[in-house]
Amino acid sequence: MTPLTHLQRLEAESIFIMREVLAESENPVMLYSIGKDSSVMLHLAMKAFHPARPPFPLLHVDTTWKFREMIEFRDNLARDLGLDLIVHINREGVEQGIGPFSHGSQVHTDVMKTQALKQALDRYGFDAAFGGARRDEEKSRAKERVFSFRDAQHRWDPKNQRPELWHLYNGRVRKGESIRVFPLSNWTELDIWQYIYQENIPIVPLYFAKERPVVERNGMLIMVDDERMPLREDERPEPRMVRFRTLGCYPLTGAVESTAADLPSIIEEMLVSRTSERQGRAIDHDASASMEKKKQEGYF
Amino acid sequence: MAATIEAYLREQAAKTTLRFLTCGSVDDGKSTLIGRLLYDSKLIFEDQLAALEADSKRLGTQGEAIDLALLVDGLAAEREQGITIDVAYRFFATDRRKFVVADTPGHEQYTRNMATGASNADVAVILVDARKGVLTQTRRHSYIVSLFGIRNVVLAVNKMDLVDYGETVFREIVDDYANFARALGDLDIHAIPMSALKGDNVTHRSTAMDWYRGPTLLEHLETVQVDHDLAARPFRLPVQWVNRPNLDFRGFAGTVTSGQVRPGDAVRVLPSGRESTVTRIVTLDGDLAEAQPGQAITLVLADEIDISRGDVIVAAAAPPQVSDQLAVHLLWMSDQAMYPGRQYYLKTGTRTVPCVVTELKHTVNVNTMETQPAKSLGLNEVGVANVSLGQRLAFEPFRENRELGSFILIDRQTNATVGAGLFDFALRRADNIVWQALAVDKAHRAALKHQQPCVIWLTGLSGSGKSTIANLLESRLHDLGRHTYLLDGDNVRHGLNRDLGFTEADRVENIRRVGETAKLMVDAGLITIVSFISPFRSERRMVRGLLEAGEFIEVFVDTPLEVCEARDPKGLYRRARAGEIANFTGISSDYEPPEQPELHIQTVACTPEQGAERIMQALAERGIIPGF
Repeated sequence: MTPLTHLQRLEAESIFIMREVLAESENPVMLYSIGKDSSVMLHLAMKAFHPARPPFPLLHVDTTWKFREMIEFRDNLARDLGLDLIVHINREGVEQGIGPFSHGSQVHTDVMKTQALKQALDRYGFDAAFGGARRDEEKSRAKERVFSFRDAQHRWDPKNQRPELWHLYNGRVRKGESIRVFPLSNWTELDIWQYIYQENIPIVPLYFAKERPVVERNGMLIMVDDERMPLREDERPEPRMVRFRTLGCYPLTGAVESTAADLPSIIEEMLVSRTSERQGRAIDHDASASMEKKKQEGYF
Repeated sequence: MAATIEAYLREQAAKTTLRFLTCGSVDDGKSTLIGRLLYDSKLIFEDQLAALEADSKRLGTQGEAIDLALLVDGLAAEREQGITIDVAYRFFATDRRKFVVADTPGHEQYTRNMATGASNADVAVILVDARKGVLTQTRRHSYIVSLFGIRNVVLAVNKMDLVDYGETVFREIVDDYANFARALGDLDIHAIPMSALKGDNVTHRSTAMDWYRGPTLLEHLETVQVDHDLAARPFRLPVQWVNRPNLDFRGFAGTVTSGQVRPGDAVRVLPSGRESTVTRIVTLDGDLAEAQPGQAITLVLADEIDISRGDVIVAAAAPPQVSDQLAVHLLWMSDQAMYPGRQYYLKTGTRTVPCVVTELKHTVNVNTMETQPAKSLGLNEVGVANVSLGQRLAFEPFRENRELGSFILIDRQTNATVGAGLFDFALRRADNIVWQALAVDKAHRAALKHQQPCVIWLTGLSGSGKSTIANLLESRLHDLGRHTYLLDGDNVRHGLNRDLGFTEADRVENIRRVGETAKLMVDAGLITIVSFISPFRSERRMVRGLLEAGEFIEVFVDTPLEVCEARDPKGLYRRARAGEIANFTGISSDYEPPEQPELHIQTVACTPEQGAERIMQALAERGIIPGF
C-alpha cells in the first residue's frame, strides 16, 4: 500500500481538525473571505461532513470595499452550494464614512475588519471560528496554534498559548471566550494552488490575468474598481494585463503584471517569482511585527 | 510550457512529507540552520530578504552579514531577546520530499515547547556545538525526543568551522553521544559534521571535510525511512462525529490511526464491546474499497448499534485493551503544579473523561534521567504516575501507537492544557470479555459459597436490640453453612474507625467507611450483617448507592425511645441525660427513621428470635440463601 501523498496528508489533517471543532464547540462558524484559501477551506468542509452539508454558517465580514467580482462570486457560490451565508458590515463604520482613502489603511482595517469581526462574533455568540490563515504566510503566524485561544475581548496572547501535542486539540472555552481555528495551518501557498488545480476548485476570476484599469500609486498597481476611488490630477486609469495573488479591499490590494490566465500558468509564475504573496498587501508594511500586534488586538 | 507544468504538478502531487524537529540551545545555531535550509532551497523571497537585511542591521549578531536566525524567530520578544521561545513551523521542499520543520527552543524552561514539537515529528535533528560536545542540554533533548517516541535522530555536530573541521573532534563527540544514548533504548542515530553558518554539509557537501563521506543533512532527510508500521497494525478509528444528515444515513466520521479497513470487515466498538460489519467507506470522492492510516473517512456499519463520539471502532479480531486505571508518563506544562488527588479532564483520541492522578510514583530528572520520589509535579517536570479515569476507555501503550497512546490533561477551571502524557499499561483489566474469561469476580466467589452476597443493614436507636438480632441472625446463617460476617460498633469503632468521634462529620465518615468495607465483603461473596445506629438517611442512601440493586437490605429495628431508655443496657442514656455524652442519638442528636426499609421490625411486638427469623424469611424470598 503506497503511503499518502503530501496533499492527501494535508487534506486529511484539515478534515480531522474541522470535525474536531464541530464536535467540541457549540456554535461554530466559518470565516469566509472569498479568497483562494477560503475556497480551499470550504472545499475541505464539503469533504469533511459529506454527505451532510457543512453544519455551520459562513461569515463574510464585508468592509464594503471588496472587489465587485468577489461579492458576485460569493453570492453565486453560497446559492449554488445551498450554504447559510451571513454577511456582516460594521454599520457604525459606514455611518462615520470610514474608508481606506479617507482614513488610511490602518483605521479602515481596524474599524471595518477587526472591529466588525468582533461585532459579528459577539452578536451571534460564535465560540469557534474557522479561518484560512497559513503558517507560511508570516512569521508570527508560524508560531500560532491550530486552535488559537482568544479571551472574551478576542485577544491573542502569544506568550500564553495552549500547548498543542499530537492531534489532541483543546477546544474548551468558557462563556464569552472563543477559539480561532486554522485548518490550513500546515499548507503552503504552493500546496494551495496545487490542490486547487488537482480538485478543480472554483476561485474568483481576479486571480487570472486580464486587462484591468489600474493606476500606479506608491509603487503598487491599484485597480480602479468603482467610482469611489479619488484620482489625483496626474492619474489616468490605464488598461494593463494584471492579476492578483491575494484578494482584499481593492484600494489596499496591489495587482501584479502578468499574462497568466490559467492555473498552470499561475503556478508556473509563482515558481519563478521572487516575492512573497503578502507583498501585495498594504497592511503588513505598516510596522515591523505589525501582524503580531494586530492579532493581539483581535485580527484574524 | 503548460504541459511541462502539468508534468511538474503530477510529480509534486506524488511527493511524501517528512516532519522533523530541530532542537538545540541559544548558541548552537539552530535557527541559523533552518534559515540555511530555507535560504538554500530558495524559499526566501525578495521582500522577505529585504526585511531580513533591515532586521539584521538592527538586531543581528552577524555584523554586516545577514542573520539567518532572524528569519525564523517570529515573535517580537524572540527577536528582541535573540532566543526561540515557542515552536515555529517552517515549510520547504526539494525534488524528492516536502518538509515540515518544527523549530523548538532548547532552554530547560521551554521543555514543554520542545515536547510539543516532538509530538508530531518523524525525525529529530539534535544540534551540538563542536566546541562544547555533548552537554546536559543534549542529554535532555535526547531524553525528551525518545520519550515522545521519535526513533530517528540526527546528531548535527555544528560549528565545525570553529574547530578547524577536525575529524577527531567529531569522532569523540559521536562516541560520547553513542555511549549516553544506549540508555535511551532503540534509537537510530545518524551523525553529520556541519557548519550551518558557512553551509557545510547542510545542503551542499563540504569541501573542508573530505574525511566525512556520509550524506549532507538534506540528503539524509530526503532519504531517511520513517516506517511507522502503522498499516501493518490492527485497525483503529476513533469516532469524531456521528454524521446523520437524514433518516437514511448514519455514518461514523474519523481518521484511521492504524491498520486498514474494507467493506465486509468485522469490527468491534469500544468500550461497549458491540460488534458489527463495515458496509461502506464513504467520502465525497466516492466510496472507497479500502482505507489506510491517516485517511479521514466516514464508516457505515451493518447494524444499528449505539456509537457516539469518543468510541473507538477497531478490528473485531484484535481489539486494544480497555481500562480506567492506567500507569502513565506525564510531562507537566503548567505553572500550577500537579498534586495527586486533584481532578482534571483527560483527552485521548476523540474522548474526554474526568481524571484523577491517584499516585505520583516518582519524577524523572530530564537532564540525568535519575528518578526521585516527589509529592508534586512542577512545570517542565516529567513523572511516572497512576491515573484513575471517570470512564473506561480503549487505549494502546504509547510505544505501540502514538495516537491511541497519548493524552493531554486539561484544567477543569481554566480549560488550559496543563499536562501531556503517555499511556504505559493498564493497572487492571477492565475489558469485559477478557475479564470474564480470566478474572475471579464477585459472581465466581458467591457461586463457590452457594449464596447471593448482600448487606443486611440494621439501623435503629441505641438499645433498640440491633446487636441482639444481628448476633442471632448470624448464628442461624452459620448453622446453615452460610458464609457471613458481622460488622458492628465493637469491631469497627475499636480498630478501623478508632480515629473518629461522634460529631456529625465523624458519624458521616464512620458510615462511609463501614459502607465501603461492607461493599468489599459483598465482593468477597459474603452475607454481610451491619449493625450500626446510622442515624442519617443520606448516609444510608449513600451506602445503598455503593451496592448493586437488590444487594442492600435495610432493616429498621424500631423500638420507641422510652423503651430503649428504660432498657439502657450500657447506661448510656443515663449519662447522656446527665450531659456526660454529647451528640447522643435520640437525646441530643436526631435519628432519621428509614422511609421505605426492606424490613420493619417493631421489637415491642416480637422477641429477638422472631425478629431474626423474619429476616431469614426475607433473605429466602430474595433467593439469597438457596435451599433454605
